Amino acid sequence: MIVRGPILRSRTVLAGIVILVIGAFVPLFFSGYVLGLLTVAFYTAVFAMAWDLLFGFAGEVNFGPTFLIGLGAYTAGILDARLSPAISIWLCIVAGAAAAVIGGVVLALPALRVRGPYFGLTTLVAVLILQNVVVVFAGLTGGEIGLSVPDVMSVSETTNYWIAFGFMAISGAILYGLARSPVGLVLQASGQDPVQAGALGFNVTKHKLFAFIVSAFFSGLAGALMVFYMGTASVGTFVDISVGVQIIVAAVLGGRRTVMGAAIGAVFLIGMGEALRPLGELATLIVSLIALAVVMFFPDGFLGMLQKRSNDG
Amino acid sequence: MLEVAQLTKRFGGLVAVKDLSFSIRPGEILGLIGPNGSGKSTAMLTVMGVIAPSSGSIKLEGAEIGGLPSHKVARKGVGLIFQHSRPLNRQTVLENIKVALIPDRLNMMFHSAEIDEQARAIAERAGLGAVLERKPPTLAFADLRRLELAKAIARHPKLVLVDEPFAGLTASEVGAFSELIREFRSEGRAVLLVDHNVKGVAALVDRAVAMYLGERIAEGTAAEVMRDETVRRVYLGGALTRTTREAAAFAGAAHLLAVQDVVVRYGKALALQGVSMHVSEGEFVAVVGLNGAGKTTLFNAISGLVPHAGTVRWNGSPLGGMTAASVARGGVVQCPETRELFGDMTVRENLDLGGHLLQPADLTQRREWLFDLFPILRDRESQVARTLSGGEQQMLAIARALMMDPKLLILDEPTLGLAPVILETLSKALERLRNTTNLTVLLGEQNVTFALPHADRLYVLDHGKLVWEGPPDRFEAEAAETYL
Repeated sequence: MIVRGPILRSRTVLAGIVILVIGAFVPLFFSGYVLGLLTVAFYTAVFAMAWDLLFGFAGEVNFGPTFLIGLGAYTAGILDARLSPAISIWLCIVAGAAAAVIGGVVLALPALRVRGPYFGLTTLVAVLILQNVVVVFAGLTGGEIGLSVPDVMSVSETTNYWIAFGFMAISGAILYGLARSPVGLVLQASGQDPVQAGALGFNVTKHKLFAFIVSAFFSGLAGALMVFYMGTASVGTFVDISVGVQIIVAAVLGGRRTVMGAAIGAVFLIGMGEALRPLGELATLIVSLIALAVVMFFPDGFLGMLQKRSNDG
Repeated sequence: MLEVAQLTKRFGGLVAVKDLSFSIRPGEILGLIGPNGSGKSTAMLTVMGVIAPSSGSIKLEGAEIGGLPSHKVARKGVGLIFQHSRPLNRQTVLENIKVALIPDRLNMMFHSAEIDEQARAIAERAGLGAVLERKPPTLAFADLRRLELAKAIARHPKLVLVDEPFAGLTASEVGAFSELIREFRSEGRAVLLVDHNVKGVAALVDRAVAMYLGERIAEGTAAEVMRDETVRRVYLGGALTRTTREAAAFAGAAHLLAVQDVVVRYGKALALQGVSMHVSEGEFVAVVGLNGAGKTTLFNAISGLVPHAGTVRWNGSPLGGMTAASVARGGVVQCPETRELFGDMTVRENLDLGGHLLQPADLTQRREWLFDLFPILRDRESQVARTLSGGEQQMLAIARALMMDPKLLILDEPTLGLAPVILETLSKALERLRNTTNLTVLLGEQNVTFALPHADRLYVLDHGKLVWEGPPDRFEAEAAETYL
């Protein structure tokens, strides 16, 4: 293994470190309300980073990140609701991540055989199916009202904040490291030019499936953790298409193919939504307009803009 | 080394490769030659496993590889040097080469010193030593080709497939690239070169197989193939028809199109540096110049596709500020170099879209007239445009432009990448348009031999400036020097 000098000089890594330092000081200065908000933002950040691994590196647009998240959240939630207190919530969380991976493989195996926009459409349909399953089997899932789980990780806002913050930091480091590793390079090559990647001896489907599994694992894990933070699971927070759209917007806003950017975008989106809350219904509109402007005029996102400036300079 | 027997590939009803058989020995360079649409690229991609064969067998060292996915074919020792590729633009040249060296496993999480060393050695061999730390978008074209070569040889393939080895390279680069390919031969590898014509690769190949319409038409040494009767007929067709019109016929005529001091910038680069030119009604004018001279930029400025300084007048009134669509409706129709066909639509649908402003009766009449001009399009009427050969696509692009009933047709590089037999068809069609209609044509060409017989007047464009203007019969004496 070679420790490469430029990694520390990379602006992306610097941005990550700065955010971590700022994040570590937040509990000293802010109220429980802000901490609660950031806790949700950090889980969303993991959703967005996991999504960027698929879109930014493997080149596959997954319109259904909430299929994986919802599987993780509901599996963990239902297990706890049925078996508590005989089961530890940590076991439920692991089961949630496992369910997301299994569901992801079942979806991706056939979906990766189709090309271009059809992969995206398949993932979109998967979300709708999951949403219907949740509503139809209301006895098990709580249906449209939502599922309340008997256990939570902690009642302390600060503890919940640290769990979410640590989870985001570790997930980010793993996903970023993976994207930079040899496997990540092959993944990028497969995303950009699958024909050539195949001719160089790489099994493109295998690599993309691997990316999907990793993405599913982190999505499911984050979804399951979030259930035990919120104490409830509902379609509106974990499965609905609009949740998926927000994750996608966060990732694109922060900067495609950067991993870190996705986290920044998620925190920005949720933070802005809250900061503008006094404007009522207008808030969502304004945040959407900002997101639209960034995507249209700076398609490389926040971090893309930073990187471009460092290249020019 | 490689034995291909009775290989056939069908795409729907189109037979791209038909009963093709050939073999290559270790340490031999075989040229697979054919005009556009002859099936040579399909044959190469089938060997690589990118396309699955419909029938027939492909054996590498006696083992069947036909129908295997490309990553398995690659691992058995076949490498392909792509003509066009998308390297990783955010990674350096060195990292791009490393990608080719990474094993196809998922547990490779850390970069290894060994791979780094190998990548550097390969880069050195391919002549990339000086640009290791640069990123692909900053590289010259020849270096991008070297990068492709470096990636393809990274795993020491026994059989190297090379797609159009010399496209876009200058004479000295061709020499250097040929030397690299000869090295493969001396190392005992088998090499398959795929190219348009024998001449370009004659110095390099030990043997050549010529293809036409999916079938093998000749095999032998380069000299034998060049002498072959069938090959000569396919490539040379008849001589280009040449009719000259009275040179002075347009001297006093009003200018249908007048371009005055047009300047176009792309960022820092000056693409057109004050170009002034004109075209009279009914005149056929050619703008000749090498790749990058600014022909396409000039046409795009006229069509309103790029912002420019200076004025473009059409029938006396300025076109500045009009959208590309209204310029086209005004009668200036461009048939772009890239063809821009609607790939998933049929020939008929592409044509009807071109004629969407016509009355139904006029549309039918016009379509029939174009089917007479390009009879092959009538046979392909319900075929999807994407599956046409290069020459057929070009004919369709021209026909679609003509469906718009233009007064001025701008033809940008219609001969690009087409075999002589197709040039002949295009040439006849242009001749017919010139003699039977009052259409005005502005032709952009790199290929002077094609442009000369079809022009009443020529401009030579060089590095964004017009350097010569005159009739075709004076070109050779006055301008050939500046052009070459």
